[in-house]
Amino acid sequence: MAALVLSALILVIFNFARDPTVIRAQDLAPSALWVTITFAATTALNRAFAVELDHGALDGLLLAPVGREAIYLGKLLGNLVFTGIVQLITIPLFVLFFNLDLHGTLPAILLLAFLATVGFTAVGTVFSALTVRVQFAELMLPVLLLPFMVPPLIGAAQVTSKLLAGRPLADSAGWLQILATYDIVFLTLSVLVFPAVLDE
Amino acid sequence: MPSPLLHATGIRRAFGPRVVLRGLDLALAPGETLAIVGPNGAGKSTLLRILAGLIKPSAGEVTLDGVKLTPAEPGSRRTVGLLSHRSLLYDDLTVFENLVFAARLMGVADPKAAAKFALAEVDLSARADDSPRTLSRGLLQRAALARALIHKPRLLLLDEPFTGLDAVASERLQRLLRERRPAGLGTVVVTHQVAEVWDFADRVVALVGGTWALEESPGTPLDAFMRRYREVVPA
Repeated sequence: MAALVLSALILVIFNFARDPTVIRAQDLAPSALWVTITFAATTALNRAFAVELDHGALDGLLLAPVGREAIYLGKLLGNLVFTGIVQLITIPLFVLFFNLDLHGTLPAILLLAFLATVGFTAVGTVFSALTVRVQFAELMLPVLLLPFMVPPLIGAAQVTSKLLAGRPLADSAGWLQILATYDIVFLTLSVLVFPAVLDE
Repeated sequence: MPSPLLHATGIRRAFGPRVVLRGLDLALAPGETLAIVGPNGAGKSTLLRILAGLIKPSAGEVTLDGVKLTPAEPGSRRTVGLLSHRSLLYDDLTVFENLVFAARLMGVADPKAAAKFALAEVDLSARADDSPRTLSRGLLQRAALARALIHKPRLLLLDEPFTGLDAVASERLQRLLRERRPAGLGTVVVTHQVAEVWDFADRVVALVGGTWALEESPGTPLDAFMRRYREVVPA
């Protein structure tokens, strides 16, 4: 809920802070969309393992006769579903506030959102487990995660900008390949690293 | 002695420069109950967490039914039930939902039936639909015990199990453990309350400064044990 309120708030601020006579909606919209998704995802990731802290429920998960990788994939899936729901609510608000016509480009935007989100959520799930037991966890997570979020966010903002300018998705094939490679590399690394994070 | 259910050799654990456990050996036969007593900071809970596979020892190894307990062999954890000093329950779920979730995690065939049975065993069926946050310390301890027992473990690890329990609940817990013993349930109890475990433990060992300082077999009077225990525990 906090993530949804935050998303709506960011979109409102971006929209009303813009002078429509100076900045066109489609020029600001990619930044607004990805700032919103970034904050919403970080909020979700901050809560990913916090729910396990209260009565030591994380130990309950670790006692299960499954590999630590299964716990990681379960948490990652949960984070992706949560972030996906936030995006599905945010994108209509985004269209509404910026008065955009996404007719024909919506499937491409959704594909892009998926590709960009998988990568940083994969890394963020590992960092969420790493920081949940330290002081100032809510501060530590964004600090650690930010450098890893930059490459997919740059790509996502660039492709969104092109799509909103009416250019076909094929024009952004290079960026899409980079995003897909980022996802595969960091998803694989995260699966490999996560057990060590929990066991230490 | 039958082949050990639990076998630990050379268990050492350090947190940075602080060495908590110093090369412990431990064996537990099926159906046996071992009580571990010791002062605060002796390493009892750390040892229990290592035996449960929650943390890795710095050196040494643990085997359960002859299978080495490592993250690479997660199936070996299926035989372990842990009652920690925390309940391992989620406040956002009811007690019943918590137990169903735990049963699913442990691969129990009929999670709902197992949850109902476990609640009845600890006499908590009346609070099945309540959140753990509404339970008193003693009731929470009973819910945690139900969680530890839900998959019928062969090895039960209990960390201060009598904390918060009233006399009736303590007796019920002791009876429950005795009833499961013939089926081969091995139990390791970590406690400060030696008197609570004296009658039903097969062996009592004292852990002081990360090493075994004392071991008593059945038949020794509690007073005699306590005298020797005070001699080995630094004032």
